[in-house]
Amino acid sequence: MGIIIILTAIFSFLVSNRYIDDPGIVALIVFIITSILFIIVFIITRSFERLAEASRMKSEFINIISHQLRSPLTNIKWTFELLTSKEITASKGKTEEYFDNVKENIARMMELIDDLLIVSKIEQGSFPIMKKEIFLEEQVEELVFRFKVFAEASNIKLSFNPQKKLPKIFGDSSLLKLVIENLIDNAIHYTPGGGRVEIRLRQEKEKIIFEIEDSGFGIPEKEQKYIFRKFFRAENIQKKQPRGTGLGLYVCKSIINRSGGKIWFKSKEGKGTTFYFTHPIK
Amino acid sequence: MKKILFIEDEPTLQKTVGDILKQESYETISALDGETGLRLAKSEKPDLILLDLILPKMHGFEVLKELKISPETKEIPVIILTNLERMEDVDKAIELGATTYLVKTQYEIKGVIEKIKKAIGEPR
Repeated sequence: MGIIIILTAIFSFLVSNRYIDDPGIVALIVFIITSILFIIVFIITRSFERLAEASRMKSEFINIISHQLRSPLTNIKWTFELLTSKEITASKGKTEEYFDNVKENIARMMELIDDLLIVSKIEQGSFPIMKKEIFLEEQVEELVFRFKVFAEASNIKLSFNPQKKLPKIFGDSSLLKLVIENLIDNAIHYTPGGGRVEIRLRQEKEKIIFEIEDSGFGIPEKEQKYIFRKFFRAENIQKKQPRGTGLGLYVCKSIINRSGGKIWFKSKEGKGTTFYFTHPIK
Repeated sequence: MKKILFIEDEPTLQKTVGDILKQESYETISALDGETGLRLAKSEKPDLILLDLILPKMHGFEVLKELKISPETKEIPVIILTNLERMEDVDKAIELGATTYLVKTQYEIKGVIEKIKKAIGEPR
């Protein structure tokens, strides 16, 4: 492309030099033609870059998804082979344990598919928000109760401290549940054993602020700007926790933005992270 | 009894494969991450290592590389058991010294056990 620009510049210089006497105008014409070419080249290069980026994201997507789906699938397949095999016999007391494994792996696959469906709806700009009056404190309480077992198994202290007399809010209960679930799950996953995760809920003027603070690995400073991007997973986290789609925070941000709130975080590598989101009361 | 070290972060697979190997009279040691796996390989000196690639703390390739550098572990046969099936991953594993490369979804559990028996020999 560079050669074409140089050749065009020389050619336009020769042509205009022949027909136009004023060197000022010749220079101006050469300048205008070269600039137009520059702009065209720039636009073409940018569109190619975008195309390449889209194709890279697509193949990365397929890679991640196929691996994420294959792991639980293999687990289910092999467990069933073991349960039904004539040559290999599963010890009697263990049958129930094997079925529990299958159940857990099916849940894992469903979770991933749910996330993917939400992402696809977000992309198409078509996810409906069904608002109704909800008591966010109760919803967080329920989730904390559910995650307690998981936190204890990882030796992490999970606590919830809501401000007293919080008002009900007008929001989409299932979408908010998804956001909070994602944030708690991340906080527990990315905090080493012996650590703590603390959730706070408070009111500030016309909005509710949700905070979740962990004493975890933290997000490296140079990667913080990418954290809400689809498929992005920080490098330190990938090493410690290879499972994960990099979709959770992207989903959270899309939901919170659509609900009229904001989501942000503060983090220091090695010290921990606090995620915040706001939600309007009405 | 011959000893097998299974480095795999999926507890379900640890259980199913581990149970079958025990039934087949092999002694199994399990590691749920790469770092622990490498440490156990050095301290336990197993007769065979089953190694997944996507692992917490240390990638399977790094574990394999370390295993093949260290004089005390370099003779131990390593079977890669993973869901990655890109040719470049297979080539890299073989180049680093893996004995066999198995893609989990392409095998029945029986097939995997057969490959293990072939690589290690019948249990003593």
